Amino acid sequence: MTTVSSSAPDRVGGAPSRASLARRGSAFLYRHAKVRLALLLSAPLFWLGLVYIAALAALLITAFWTVDSFTGEILVDWNVDNVTKVLGDALYHAVTLRTVTAAVLVTLIDIAIALPIACLMAKVASRAVHRALVIAILLPLWASYLVKAYAWRSLLSQDGVIDWMLAPIGGESPGYGFEGSVVTLAYLWLPFVILPIFTALERVPDSLLDASSDLGAKTGRTFRHIVFPLIVPGIIAGSIFSFSLTLGDYIAVRIVGGATQMLGTLVYANVGVANNLPLAAAVSLIPLGIIFIYLGVVRRTGALSNL
Amino acid sequence: MSTQPAIRLTGLSKSFGSVVAVNSVDLDIAPGEFFSMLGPSGSGKTTVLRMIAGFESPSSGSVELFGKDVTNDAPFDRDVNTVFQDYALFPHMSVLDNVAYGLRVRGVKTAARISAARDALALVRLEGYGDRKPTQLSGGQRQRVALARALVVEPKVLLLDEPLGALDLKLREQMQVELKEIQRRLGITFIFVTHDQEEALTLSDRIAVFNEGGIVQLGDAEDVYRRPQTPFVANFVGTSAVFTADEASTILGHKGACSIRPEHMEILQGKAPSGVIALTGTVAETIFLGASTRIIVDLDAGKRVAVLEQNDLNMTNTKLGASVTVAVHSQFLAPLT
Repeated sequence: MTTVSSSAPDRVGGAPSRASLARRGSAFLYRHAKVRLALLLSAPLFWLGLVYIAALAALLITAFWTVDSFTGEILVDWNVDNVTKVLGDALYHAVTLRTVTAAVLVTLIDIAIALPIACLMAKVASRAVHRALVIAILLPLWASYLVKAYAWRSLLSQDGVIDWMLAPIGGESPGYGFEGSVVTLAYLWLPFVILPIFTALERVPDSLLDASSDLGAKTGRTFRHIVFPLIVPGIIAGSIFSFSLTLGDYIAVRIVGGATQMLGTLVYANVGVANNLPLAAAVSLIPLGIIFIYLGVVRRTGALSNL
Repeated sequence: MSTQPAIRLTGLSKSFGSVVAVNSVDLDIAPGEFFSMLGPSGSGKTTVLRMIAGFESPSSGSVELFGKDVTNDAPFDRDVNTVFQDYALFPHMSVLDNVAYGLRVRGVKTAARISAARDALALVRLEGYGDRKPTQLSGGQRQRVALARALVVEPKVLLLDEPLGALDLKLREQMQVELKEIQRRLGITFIFVTHDQEEALTLSDRIAVFNEGGIVQLGDAEDVYRRPQTPFVANFVGTSAVFTADEASTILGHKGACSIRPEHMEILQGKAPSGVIALTGTVAETIFLGASTRIIVDLDAGKRVAVLEQNDLNMTNTKLGASVTVAVHSQFLAPLT
């Protein structure tokens, strides 16, 4: 009893002197929440500003420059020729339409596949099946994008696996082209669509499904009236991924698309073959604009607030 | 009224893997009865309710609804409705749409279902709340919406799964009165699952006490409270001093195991009247409860009992450590099986 009471004041008295500066600093930060926040966030915000905002700004600015056709050097010569060319030329119209069509198709295919899988994972499967499905969906994300695209190239090839599988029912592989690109891109982005839908479904309490069937609704009606409205935000979140990733993709299209031109391949061709960075920048403004319009529409539905 | 029971359960069992949740329950519930299933969590009462509703299919046994075997019917084909513990209101629909949902599913015309839903909301005293979203309501109001939503489709049997569990005490007491009123007015069978013994005693025509997957006692409130048949019931429904057969014969001079309620014992002032068993002991603890005081006494015979003393006009001050005589009114001893 006496030893405890005599040693305790020493310890209490000793602590502040040993670490008084650090303690005072901590106390200062504790009282000043804004300073604390500024210290915490300044480095990541600086990085974000540099990488995202500055790069995007550079892109925007480059679109209004031009290239010297002899030397191939970029001239800081402000004009809107590139933008008017991109907006007015029939080639760019056709490619834009094709790319948006591909993005819409990929998104629809992914949603159609993701909904039943996500339902199975969230509401039906046992723990073991659930875990196996999560691994099956996440595992391809760890594999290289290129490997997966080339895997599809071999699947789609003449006398490839798809030809062989479809032969008994009189079908054949779509080969390299627009259809092949859509199928491959739908495969590549599927995990990004399944996961948000799965998360949204997991948040729907089972008791709501019980309540709906208790009130007389069969499974189809329960899905339409109860489940679907509640997972719309998840579906939209997934669609943002598949839609925007398809708009910007060029690698998979070059690998399985044959001669198919998409916005991404046009940008690539302008940067590489044509060495016309300003025109490439102008082309890349198209998917950027489309994404902004898409996000604007989505925002209006109020789905973003649930992301 | 038909002589058929509203609900008849025969040999109803349910296992989840190797765990037996419900073990061969036989039960008849009469039409118009307010029936409670009372038991601790994990006693199987909710599983029985879910099998009646159709959310779980029994491992064996059958469920009959007014003489019709519904064991293999889906929930949407059964004339029973459920009020869920978490209310399970559809968050994206207004209160009115929630209540009208069952009618919409049945294909009732818009005008008719809106007026029926309004009537149902009036029944639970929520007129004028139809346009709100469930999240804008308090717990008690959500509870009422859930009740209106289940009642609007006019079920023959209403199942209530711990519906008052999440409400505070005052609201709970108020809802108990309203539930009882609504049940009496509509005359439909209520099956009420609860772990709250007081709630079960207050509301029910009959109570089935559940433990470990089976019914351990079935009877009206007074039966279950006054004549508990097992030590479990004696201490789950209220509290009791439980005497084993040995203790009963040595301490009380009574033949066979028995239990007695704290209010059927008293701290004796003066001489023991006839018909009581006087036991000496020491006061170990006193707990003031307002209208009464619970006095814990260590009997000299080596047993601890609780005595409930009313704090009425003759209130006496019992000191800790005081030597007292406990009078056991032997006519209230309940034999245990």
